[in-house]
Amino acid sequence: MNQRVPSKGTPIASWRRLAANRMFLVACLAATLLAVLVLSALLISILVDGWSSLHWDFLNSFASRKPEKAGIKAALFGSLWVVATCTVLAVPMGIGTALYLEEFAKKSRLTRFIQLNITNLSGVPSIVYGIIGLTAFTRLFGMIGANDAWSIGSEESFFYLRLPFGPSVLTAALTLMLVVLPVVIVASQEALRAVPKSLREGSLAMGATTWQTIWRTTLPAASPTILTGVILAISRAIGEAAPILVIGGALLIFQTPTNLMSDFTVLPLQIFNWAGRPQAGFHSIAAAAILVQLVLLLIFNGTAVAIRLRLQKPLQ
Amino acid sequence: MKLAQVASSLIVGSLFVSASVFAQKSELKGPVRIDGSSTVFPITEAVAEEFLRTQPKVNVTVGVSGTGGGFKRFCAGETDIANASRPIKPSEMEIAKTTGIEFIELPIAYDGLTIGVNKENTWATDLTIADLKRIFSTENTAKTWKDLNAAWPAQPILVYSPGTDSGTFDYFKEVVMGKEGKARSDMSVSEDDNALVMGVSGNKYAIGFFGCAYYFENTDKLTAVKVNGIAPTANTIEDGSYAPFSRPLFVYVNSKSASNPQVKAFVDFYLANAATLSAEVGYVKFPAAIYGKVANNWTKGRLGTQFTTADGKSISTSFSKTYE
Repeated sequence: MNQRVPSKGTPIASWRRLAANRMFLVACLAATLLAVLVLSALLISILVDGWSSLHWDFLNSFASRKPEKAGIKAALFGSLWVVATCTVLAVPMGIGTALYLEEFAKKSRLTRFIQLNITNLSGVPSIVYGIIGLTAFTRLFGMIGANDAWSIGSEESFFYLRLPFGPSVLTAALTLMLVVLPVVIVASQEALRAVPKSLREGSLAMGATTWQTIWRTTLPAASPTILTGVILAISRAIGEAAPILVIGGALLIFQTPTNLMSDFTVLPLQIFNWAGRPQAGFHSIAAAAILVQLVLLLIFNGTAVAIRLRLQKPLQ
Repeated sequence: MKLAQVASSLIVGSLFVSASVFAQKSELKGPVRIDGSSTVFPITEAVAEEFLRTQPKVNVTVGVSGTGGGFKRFCAGETDIANASRPIKPSEMEIAKTTGIEFIELPIAYDGLTIGVNKENTWATDLTIADLKRIFSTENTAKTWKDLNAAWPAQPILVYSPGTDSGTFDYFKEVVMGKEGKARSDMSVSEDDNALVMGVSGNKYAIGFFGCAYYFENTDKLTAVKVNGIAPTANTIEDGSYAPFSRPLFVYVNSKSASNPQVKAFVDFYLANAATLSAEVGYVKFPAAIYGKVANNWTKGRLGTQFTTADGKSISTSFSKTYE
């Protein structure tokens, strides 16, 4: 039994060691297959339920009490607006924080305290951020009064801004920003830490400032990994329903957003509501909406992977 | 019956269309902000959908923060209308008083609670409130069906219930075991009524309760338990014979918003179509007399609730008596 494997230089190759090796391989394979199996079962059942409801009208009409007439236009546009705004807000702030902590700040009690908090915040359930969002952004702590106490522009103008923000696209984006910031910061820090010290030292030795070193050497080297963190964060933001519900996001709305103060709804909220309805027709359009959400996620991830492949150059 | 309903709704519909063509040339604009119960949501959704066919420029938004959450926003003056699956509480009225919000209370339809058992359950198809109390409460709990009746199987009763902080649960608990009663802790609880239906239809010895819409959609999978000999149907719920398990649903309108033309038009439309549209989405309409009372309250702008006295005590008479 143990005759066939040993090669030159191999120490005592007992059949036990080889069997253990094989068993480990089988266990890993089984774990992988199980995950794939569960995922494909889920996808197939959603495809079966939702495929027939997926057509152009479904993407291009508003909600309805009749499942065959209902569509996700409001939710789709709402999700895109919210996630795009959230990304614009969260990415610079997240990478900025990571750069400060890794490249500028001296290790002190304060930075360790900040670090500890960021790590802990990534474990806070998102509904808690929803409550913060309701108080801080929807109502601005009640400092300015209720509905539209102060505003610039009219509701039709693209730069319309009002205080307090109310349950608007901006409120949702700011709240989701809080949800995803810890993810972006921690991932960016890991990425910066993985850049070899010799690169920075080389740059500094040539007389570059800290900023020049970061901008020309460290960040480009770290960017593929940072981007992975950003993808994870956006994927999380697009799937959140609970904080949106808490900040007062609408479910039924017959308009798409036109500015940051617009009322909105998002896909997860629409899916959650349809899946809980008594009529079977709503369950199949919920499945169709899930398919749209999955495609949206794939598009985001695909774009990010493409950008990453272009950025990824071997370290020189 | 069906034909008559269709015909009457057609007539009402065409009347409305002609009315809007001749009388209301002006198009309304502006927001109608609504938030509250997810149980009331399908009715408000249906009303909003039809309303926007006649007034496409009005911006109706409906949220689902739940009855409590909806009242919080309503009492802070953030919304024009609150959807509610129960009357406003004295504590919520206190807040409204401090913020200076006055409101008009408008009941709009019934939601009947259905107690469902498995299709194969041939014994427990007619139960009394006392039976239900023994099944669902901690007091003298019936662990097996045999505990209730010696002729029934000696199998444990599997209990399915909506989430204990939902309006449906609150209402059921108060009817079956009173304010002080305690529900047993070994129930299978789910916030998703579809999951309750699945649970009951999958276990021969199960029992559960949920909104009647969930039973009407699953009559092939479940048997509805008669309560004191009365089965839950649209008729028994409407005429009150299925009491006490038919609960009224409400909308509350901020009296200041009620003078906004778009809000006023929306509520007018709501009351005119509540009967047809609520039935269409799985709820049960009131008898015409109650709608008459409600419409009267609306046109007169009757402020406050009819379920709490001035000194903050709940009035315990049943809903149909209050609106008789």
